[in-house]
Amino acid sequence: MIITEEEIRQEVLGAIEQNRIMLFMKGTPEMPRCGFSMQTVACLNDAGANFAAMDILPDPRIRQVLSEHSGWPTIPQLFIDGQLVGGCDIVTELHETGQLKEMVGAQQA
Amino acid sequence: MADIAEIEQLIRTALPGSEVSVQDMAGGDHLYAHVRAPQFSGLPLIEQHRLVNSAVDHLLGPGRPIHALKIKTEASQ
Repeated sequence: MIITEEEIRQEVLGAIEQNRIMLFMKGTPEMPRCGFSMQTVACLNDAGANFAAMDILPDPRIRQVLSEHSGWPTIPQLFIDGQLVGGCDIVTELHETGQLKEMVGAQQA
Repeated sequence: MADIAEIEQLIRTALPGSEVSVQDMAGGDHLYAHVRAPQFSGLPLIEQHRLVNSAVDHLLGPGRPIHALKIKTEASQ
């Protein structure tokens, strides 16, 4: 089956829109394939976040359309309420200051 | 291999009034930048990091002097 870039874009943007807390990562939350993705998942779990995740590794176009959308080059990328929060450094810092817990707990307006 | 003094200067120029300290974390191309700048005030972390990244964007990435840049930002007066 051939998947077009447009279909991938719809999949990526749809995931951001439909999931209040959406993580794009290398691998899966159960089996991260990169230390930065692993650390980000650990922060989210520790903050009690109920999040959705998409593995960007199966198709290079996933990362391409994601970074075009976000203007952020690296993986992982965490979105909350449709907004890019950050990658591993930022998520770790927000976790250390306790802000992440508030952000993942707050209800969508 | 990245020129640390040049990188610090690029960030200072992009963010006038900032205090910038860049350190080598590993191998000369994994860097850590600590930036304290008045421009960060009221901005989410992602936007603070974008300001730092954009100052050194042309040096960042595969095949360029900086392979990875870890950033810590603080808003100053």
